[in-house]
Amino acid sequence: MSGSANEEYIIEFREVTKVYPLPAGDVVALDGITLEIHPGEFIAIMGPSGSGKSTLLNLMGFLDTPTAGSLFIKGRDVGGMSDEELTRLRRDHIGFIFQQFNLLPLLTALENVQFPLILKTGSQEHLEQARRVLAAMALEEPLFSHKPSELSGGQQQRVAIARALVNDPEVLLADEPTGNLDTRTGTAIMELLVKLNHDQGKTIIMVTHDPNIARYAHRVIRIVDGRISPAEGDPPPEA
Amino acid sequence: MQNGIFFEFSKRNVRLHWFRSMLAMIGIIIGVVTIATMGILGNSLVLAISESLSSVGDSIIVSPHTGGGGFGGAGGGGSTAQLITDRDVEQIRRAVAPDITIPVYTGSSRMKVGSKDTGGIIYGLKQDDIPVLLQVDRGSFLRGSSGCMVGARFAAENNINPGTRITVGDKGNLRVVGILKERGMGFDINPDYGIVVDDRWFSEAYDQKDYNLVIVKVKNINMISQVKDTIDKQLNRRETIVDVIDTKAILNTILNTFGQISTFVTAIGGISLIVAGVSILNIMMMSVTERIKEIGVIRSIGTQKKEVRRMFLYEALILGLIGSLIGGVLAFFGGYAVSVVMLNTTKYLFVPSSMVYIIYGMTFGIATSLLSGLYPAWKASNLNPIEALRHE
Repeated sequence: MSGSANEEYIIEFREVTKVYPLPAGDVVALDGITLEIHPGEFIAIMGPSGSGKSTLLNLMGFLDTPTAGSLFIKGRDVGGMSDEELTRLRRDHIGFIFQQFNLLPLLTALENVQFPLILKTGSQEHLEQARRVLAAMALEEPLFSHKPSELSGGQQQRVAIARALVNDPEVLLADEPTGNLDTRTGTAIMELLVKLNHDQGKTIIMVTHDPNIARYAHRVIRIVDGRISPAEGDPPPEA
Repeated sequence: MQNGIFFEFSKRNVRLHWFRSMLAMIGIIIGVVTIATMGILGNSLVLAISESLSSVGDSIIVSPHTGGGGFGGAGGGGSTAQLITDRDVEQIRRAVAPDITIPVYTGSSRMKVGSKDTGGIIYGLKQDDIPVLLQVDRGSFLRGSSGCMVGARFAAENNINPGTRITVGDKGNLRVVGILKERGMGFDINPDYGIVVDDRWFSEAYDQKDYNLVIVKVKNINMISQVKDTIDKQLNRRETIVDVIDTKAILNTILNTFGQISTFVTAIGGISLIVAGVSILNIMMMSVTERIKEIGVIRSIGTQKKEVRRMFLYEALILGLIGSLIGGVLAFFGGYAVSVVMLNTTKYLFVPSSMVYIIYGMTFGIATSLLSGLYPAWKASNLNPIEALRHE
C-alpha cells in the first residue's frame, strides 16, 4: 500500500489479494495481483476455470472488495467504501455485459435500457437517450417494445450492451459476451464492441476462454491459480 | 420519479403471478371483511341497546329490600312480599325534590279480551305520572279510574284497540282508552306486554296500600349518583329497607359488556388478518427466491439496497391495497347483511361510529401486508450481488 495512486490509469490493482473463507479452509482466489489498465484499452482476461478470472472481474466491477491490497478507479481507492458508494460507482462508471444477457424479463427492451438512466437521474424523461442508444446498437425500432423473451439471443445482447452504455460509463465489463451466441452473431457483437472501443474510446475488459474472441483485444491477461501468468502482454498465440 | 420504475416492476410482478397474488389477497379480504363487519355489528348492537335503554338511563329505582327476609315486626305484616309504604314514598319525595317521584303498583293477572284468555302484567300508576314515564301511540292517556292503557306488544298480540274491553281476572272490566308506544326493555317497568291502570283502581282491586316500586326521574343526569346516595341515606338509616338502583350505572355496565364482546369478536377478525399476513409473507418469500438472479442483475448495474427494498415493499403494498379496497367494499355489504339479519334495521350502519370500522379494517389490512413484506424486502436487499448473479 505504498505510494499514491496514479490517475493516469482508469483501473489499478496493487498487490490485490482476495481470500474466501470457507469452513474447509480459506480459498485464495487472487494472490497479489498488480495490474494497470489505461483508458481506452481493450483487454481480454483468459484462464482455466477456477483460476480467479471471475473474481478479478467482480473486483473490477466493484461487486466485491479486496481482502488485502488496493484497488483504484481513476485514482480513487475503493477500499473502505460503503455498499452505497460502490453501488454508485457501478451505476456511473461501469457497464456490465453478461454471457446470459441478464435482461429484466418484466421490462421491455427499451425499458431495460432506460432502467440505469432512471437509477442515475431519478427521472423517466430521458426516453430519447435510451431510444438513441438502442437504435445505435442496430436494433430495429419495432422491437423496442418487445419483452426479452420475444427477442433472439443476438438481439438480447444488443439490448444488454445498450443498457451497459446508456449511462455513458468509461469501462465496459463483459463476461463471455459471445458465450451464448452462434459464431456469426458472436462476430457481429464483437465488431460492435471493437467499434465502441475504437470510436467512443470505451475501456473494455472481457473475460473469455475462446482464443478467437480474445484476438479482438489489444492485450491478453492470463490468470492461473490466482496469479497473472508471465505471458501477460503477449499477443494471443494464434494472432 | 425514480419510484415509478420500481412500482412498475412490482405491479408487473403481481400481474405476472396473478393467481397466487389473488390467493394472498383473499386472505386480506377475509380479514378486512371480518374486522369491519364484526366491528359494525358490535357498534350497531351497542347503539341499538343504548337507544332502547337510554330512555330509562335517567332513573333511580327504589325497590323493597329482598335480602335476609327482615327481622319481623317493622311493618312486614306477615306478608312474604315486602312493600314500600306511603311514608317511605313521602320521604323519598322530600329527599329528591324537585326530581319527580313515581310510586308504582305492579302485579300480574289472567285477562280476557273478548272471548280470548290471556295474561299480562298490570301496572298501577297515578294519572299524572303516566305521561312522565310513557308515551301514547293511539287513543288518549288515562282519565278516570275505569279505563286502562295497553302496551304495544300486548295490544298487537291480542288485537286490542281503543274501545276494546278487557276483563282482569275477577277484578272487573276495563275499557281501553289508549295504546302505548313501544318502549323496549327497561329496568323500571316493562309495559309493552301488559296494561297500565289507575293506581286507585289497583289499590282497591287488590286491596294493597303500599307500593311495589318507586321510580325517581332525575332531571340532571350527572347528579344521579348523588340523588341515589341521598335516598339510600334517608331510608336505610337504621336498617336496610329498600334497594336503590341507579339505571345509569346498569346501563354503563351493559354497554361496557357489549363493547367488550364487540372488541373480542373484532379481535377474531384480527386473527384472520394474521393468517393473511403469513400467506403474504410466504408468497413474498417465493417472489424473492424466484427473482434472486434478477436482484443480482439490478444490484450489479447500480441499484441501491434501499431501492430493492422499496420494490418488494411496493409489491406487498399493492397486495394489501387491492385486498383492503375489495375487503372494504365487501365489508360494507357484509355490515348491511348482518344489520338486516340480526338487528332488522340498517339505521345503525350509516353512522360514523360504524363506518369507521371499515377504515380500521382497511388500515389493518394494509398494515399487515406491509409488515409481512418487511422481512422478504430486507432479505432481498441484503443478497450478495455476486452470489445472486450466479444463482440459476
